[in-house]
Amino acid sequence: MTNKNVIKQNKSAGANLLENGLNWVDERFPLTSNIKAHLTEYYTPKNFNFWYYFGSLSLLVLVLQILTGIFLTMHYKPDAELAFGSVEYIMRDVPWGWLIRYMHSTGASMFFIVVYMHMFRGIIYGSYRTPRELIWLFGVGIFLCLMGEAFFGYLLPWGQMSYWGAQVIVNLFSAIPFIGPDVSEWLRGDYLVSDATLNRFFAFHVIALPFVLVGLVAAHIIALHEVGSNNPDGIEIKKLKDKETGIPLDGIPFHPYYTVKDIVGVVVFLMVFSTVIFFAPEMGGYFLEANNFVPANPLVTPAHIAPVWYFTPYYSILRAVPPFPGVGFLGIPPSLFPGVAAMGLSVMVFALLPWLDKSPVKSIRYRGTLYKKWLAAFVVSFVVLGYLGTEPSNIWGQFGAYLGNADRATVVARFFTIVYFAFFILMPWYTKKDKTLPVPERVTG
Amino acid sequence: MGEVSYLDHEDSMAENRSDKHQDGSHANSESNPNVDLDKRNFLIASSVVGAIGCAAVAVPFVKSMTPSERAKAAGAPVEVDISKIAPGTMMTVEWRGKPVWIINRTAEMTAELGKHDAQLTDPSCEVTSQQPSYCKNADRSIKPDLAVIVGICTHLGCSPSAKLQPKGDMGDTWSGGFFCPCHGSKFDLAGRVFKGSPAPINLVVPPHKYLTDNTLLIGVDTEEKA
Repeated sequence: MTNKNVIKQNKSAGANLLENGLNWVDERFPLTSNIKAHLTEYYTPKNFNFWYYFGSLSLLVLVLQILTGIFLTMHYKPDAELAFGSVEYIMRDVPWGWLIRYMHSTGASMFFIVVYMHMFRGIIYGSYRTPRELIWLFGVGIFLCLMGEAFFGYLLPWGQMSYWGAQVIVNLFSAIPFIGPDVSEWLRGDYLVSDATLNRFFAFHVIALPFVLVGLVAAHIIALHEVGSNNPDGIEIKKLKDKETGIPLDGIPFHPYYTVKDIVGVVVFLMVFSTVIFFAPEMGGYFLEANNFVPANPLVTPAHIAPVWYFTPYYSILRAVPPFPGVGFLGIPPSLFPGVAAMGLSVMVFALLPWLDKSPVKSIRYRGTLYKKWLAAFVVSFVVLGYLGTEPSNIWGQFGAYLGNADRATVVARFFTIVYFAFFILMPWYTKKDKTLPVPERVTG
Repeated sequence: MGEVSYLDHEDSMAENRSDKHQDGSHANSESNPNVDLDKRNFLIASSVVGAIGCAAVAVPFVKSMTPSERAKAAGAPVEVDISKIAPGTMMTVEWRGKPVWIINRTAEMTAELGKHDAQLTDPSCEVTSQQPSYCKNADRSIKPDLAVIVGICTHLGCSPSAKLQPKGDMGDTWSGGFFCPCHGSKFDLAGRVFKGSPAPINLVVPPHKYLTDNTLLIGVDTEEKA
């Protein structure tokens, strides 16, 4: 017997052991069949581009947030007397605590960046269209959950912005007619934002919403793998399959093709992420606001308060919509409900996209100029509203008496609020009227 | 029997299941006279009882989130020495965790109050929830020079900043009052909201009374028994 043969024998013995082990597991748990269904035999369109990085990146950031969050809870104290100090303790005294906290705080903003990119991808390639409506709805649920996580988490450092941000958002609920004041008192657990509020927001942030979030992500992915991924051409690759194997002609296995591609995305993302963490963790006040380094003071509102950047488009809409003046002789009191309702709608309206879009094509590649103009108008509105939300409403000064000395920024915000909603409300009309291009049979690279 | 692996067992389970499935599809059809109505009604009734039970169990959980007894007890009245507030200035005290402003208005300030009624949403304080009846007057106060106002914006609960002096950074038409930094609501020196503000109604005047000339009690008024 030569040496070579011995090695060969040993190898096959090892391989046998592995195979037997795998069989043992498969008889008790569908391991191999799941790996096949979701990775090695999940056939994905071969023409994914840059935009398709953001789904897997969202998953990466979710894992990062959960991981860093677990370690932060080991040192954080959810108590109005101790919270602010415990965060500073993490920053100064806990070994590497500063890094874990900056990963978590930067991760929050990065989460919204990748999710906004992911949502935009869904919009431009029509990924919400039949048969992917439920994927989209689960996605909207994830987005709402994420907003909840961000909001509840932001109270925890118990800084001035934490406190007054929570005060404003919880009071939004009191604008709901009839039941509003009771609802916001119930949410706070007190007559004002206090220790009780902090304690429960901690519970929501670290237990309740993460569970819902992970569940929704699972549903999102299961639904996706049931119907198959969309692609930049908006073509169903399952329509054309190899007659013998049943594999879509334009499909390639997710693993190894897209796992390898996504690793490239992960590397680039982590470069950006690390750069922010190490060189600009506050990102000029956009990721961590200066006023939040001042402990919460229930008696003094900071001179300029604004939410973190990812909420500002909706916050702008809230500010832009004027209150209902009230009808004196009918006994209907004035109400700020219109602004609150508009803000709520501006987020929820995304859920309606699958039914508002009447275009015969899915992808922007085959849509006409009319749709592209509306989409551009929407993107501009979103960005301008987002910018205005970070600034005080008198930033651009006032118009003259001919416009009632109105704040210029408010008038601009009102205009773009209308454009924002028009994008959705008029969508059935302009997507039908749009002159679309013929869609090819096969994907185009 | 010892040789039967559980894979075989599973196969037989699967057969059983498919048998049942066929039976089930018969039983499910409404036209089938073999449906045991007693059993079905029992299932419906027990489901309803179960649902009511679940709803009842939810009550303690929902109620546990309302303000605790300790939070309710924290609303004691506050006694304030007001002798040190110079005319034209104000002080802030904490009552039920909220800021309460006590503004010592000069004669010019109170004179300004009557001049801008047309610009106010509710100049004559018709919304009764915003002040005790004894403050439903031109100055919204017991003593014309002393205003007592809860410093919480009626829009979304921020605390407006004092801009007591006319003009300044508030523009030439400003006659003194308060400006909310959150959403730009404007109030006059009696806490009345200017039209065009996001805040829908006037600031709240808390129940209060004067124990002596220089001692103010916030949280209790003469109509209430302390």
